[in-house]
Amino acid sequence: MHQRSVVRVGAPLIIAALALSACGSRNDSTTGAASGDKIAVIGVMAPLSGDLSALGLGIQHSVELAVKQANANKTIPGWTLKVEAKDDEAKPDVGKNAATAFAGEKNVAGVVGDLNSSVSQSTQPVLATAKIVQVSPANTNPTLTQGADFKTAPKRTYDTYFRTCTTDSIQGPFAARYLFQKAGITKVATIHDKKTYGQGLVEAFTAEFTKLGGTVVAAETINPDDSNYSAVISKVKPKGPKAIYYGGEYPNAGPLSQQMKAAGLNVPLMGGDGIFDPKYIALAGATATGDLATNVGAPTDQSDAGKKFLADYAAAGYKDPAAAYGGYSFDAANSIINALKVSLKDAKDVASARQATIDALGKVSFDGVTGPVAFDQYGDSTSRVLTVYKIVNGAWAPVNTEAFK
Amino acid sequence: MDTFVQQLVNGLTLGSLYALIAVGYTVVYGILQLINFAHGEVFMIGAFGALTTSLVLFRGQTSIWVLPFMIIGAVIASVGTAVLMERFAYRPLRNAPRLAPLITAIGISIFLQEFVRLNYNQVPFTSWNPFNLPDAKALIPFPQIDVVTGPAFEIGGVTIQRAAIFTIGALLMCSALLWYFVNRTKTGRGMQAVSQDADTARLMGINVDRIIVVAFAVGAVLAAVAGVAQGLQNNNIGFRMGFLAGLKAFTAAVLGGIGNIAGAVVGGLVLGVVEAMATQYIPGQFGGGPWKDVWAFVLLILVLVFRPQGLLGAKAVDRA
Repeated sequence: MHQRSVVRVGAPLIIAALALSACGSRNDSTTGAASGDKIAVIGVMAPLSGDLSALGLGIQHSVELAVKQANANKTIPGWTLKVEAKDDEAKPDVGKNAATAFAGEKNVAGVVGDLNSSVSQSTQPVLATAKIVQVSPANTNPTLTQGADFKTAPKRTYDTYFRTCTTDSIQGPFAARYLFQKAGITKVATIHDKKTYGQGLVEAFTAEFTKLGGTVVAAETINPDDSNYSAVISKVKPKGPKAIYYGGEYPNAGPLSQQMKAAGLNVPLMGGDGIFDPKYIALAGATATGDLATNVGAPTDQSDAGKKFLADYAAAGYKDPAAAYGGYSFDAANSIINALKVSLKDAKDVASARQATIDALGKVSFDGVTGPVAFDQYGDSTSRVLTVYKIVNGAWAPVNTEAFK
Repeated sequence: MDTFVQQLVNGLTLGSLYALIAVGYTVVYGILQLINFAHGEVFMIGAFGALTTSLVLFRGQTSIWVLPFMIIGAVIASVGTAVLMERFAYRPLRNAPRLAPLITAIGISIFLQEFVRLNYNQVPFTSWNPFNLPDAKALIPFPQIDVVTGPAFEIGGVTIQRAAIFTIGALLMCSALLWYFVNRTKTGRGMQAVSQDADTARLMGINVDRIIVVAFAVGAVLAAVAGVAQGLQNNNIGFRMGFLAGLKAFTAAVLGGIGNIAGAVVGGLVLGVVEAMATQYIPGQFGGGPWKDVWAFVLLILVLVFRPQGLLGAKAVDRA
């Protein structure tokens, strides 16, 4: 009797599970292929689900926009580009699987991604073995391009890896200089989430801040899976910091800011590009006013190219906003497209042109949405412009744009 | 000294949350000897129930009178989930080997997480979103209710957040009501009887199936309250919040002696305080925030080695 009821309950459950999983994968890339053209795929690896999906979906759609425009303009004669997006869930192991899948596809000409430095660490070697170029719009950890000894003996690790954004070894010090020199704050506490990005950012910040003469009164870490930070906040508060510098992303930073202020620690929280997102303000609530973030490049909506990009993006009707990395993703995709223009011209298929693509990408130079796009000998962006943003009336407002020297 | 009291308050707040969830593990274990690993998801769905109530019926309202409705919404969502779970997943496996319901519990846990992640803001198989609910794939801000959130109280250098008072108060009230329910009502005494010996209880005319449903429901009510408390405390909820909270609450239940309700409450509070103190007072490389979980689990291992029945013990008479 029991056995029968198991079947009775189990069967509908299994059917339901199958039905759910069948409708789970929806990766529709709408890029019409002209007939007779050869196909080259530009891959996207980014967190398309989970806490960071606001950033990841912005990356995906910006790449789709770049490819759509290239196809419409017939930028690469005889070839049609397609976008293929894979979710890396912001996890190194999932990202590695995505990279392995791309490495196995003959048509993949280049990949835009990942969002997280820690994920790129595991995808770099996979794509490098397949000689597929990878351009990250968002990785800011210096070791990705310059190796573990980037401070003393920089050495390029993978010649397939490039990025359009600047690194933490610039972003951290930039924030330190702003706090010390412009805001006049000499006592800060640092908190990071132990991920590659957060830790690197805080280390670079601390080095510059102490060099300028400021004191770091407390250096703490949080667990990215946690959602309550009261213990850490109570530990930091008695030391009297005038600002908190946080290394990490908005899913933790937003609640941290909210809880900090609810616990009576009324000082601004400052972070890097990882917290520069409207979701941060939503999570941090009304008390977020005055919090600061640095982001690479000049504000997208203040340059003509940036305005055009945002207008095109809006006209294309994507469901999710371009987010913090939209402009960088658009530029990353265009840098690959520019390289393919050279390498695919006389190529008979994508796979045989991969070495030529790597060489061409190193020499790319054009005016992008975020400023001039070009790469140095390590694959880093040559643009070193950064901006400090502040939360005013529930939105990020630029307060200071400067080229870092 | 201030720091010590401050961390004690933090620990008790965190511990109250663990305790509220831990009761659900312990009640079900006391009666069915089943570790319901999907209980963390009942907690998560409670929080989403409260959020939904607030967004659908009182969008934009932050007055205190919304809170009771949110708690009712949370309780309905949690109890509904727990009862359905019991009816369709655990009851058919009642006489199966004990491993089967355990694996089922893990399966349900994953199913519920993904279900909320994918379908919170749309009716399954469509993109219809009648109430304009937010996407659950990322963290969702939780409505901030007046009185129970807002500026913290400062008492002699110790900061006490309003949400912390709500959480601790909720634990005190739930514990008192639960004590009354288990010891003073007919159904409660029925629960004790079933936990001591289900077969004999059945012979004495107790409807065992009903008692089991009640046990799931009682755990779910407390988990729902915990869900609301966590939302108010942390200002955000997400589909993954039940996993770690469930694991910690399970640890708390084992720490206090699984099957023992008072033990679950004590275990939760001890676990919370140990975590807060470890963040503050363990110096050097093995101290600070990242190691707090390590110390919490070290404590669990020590208790299990030297006192396998847990802090308060899992005596058969106390079960239920």
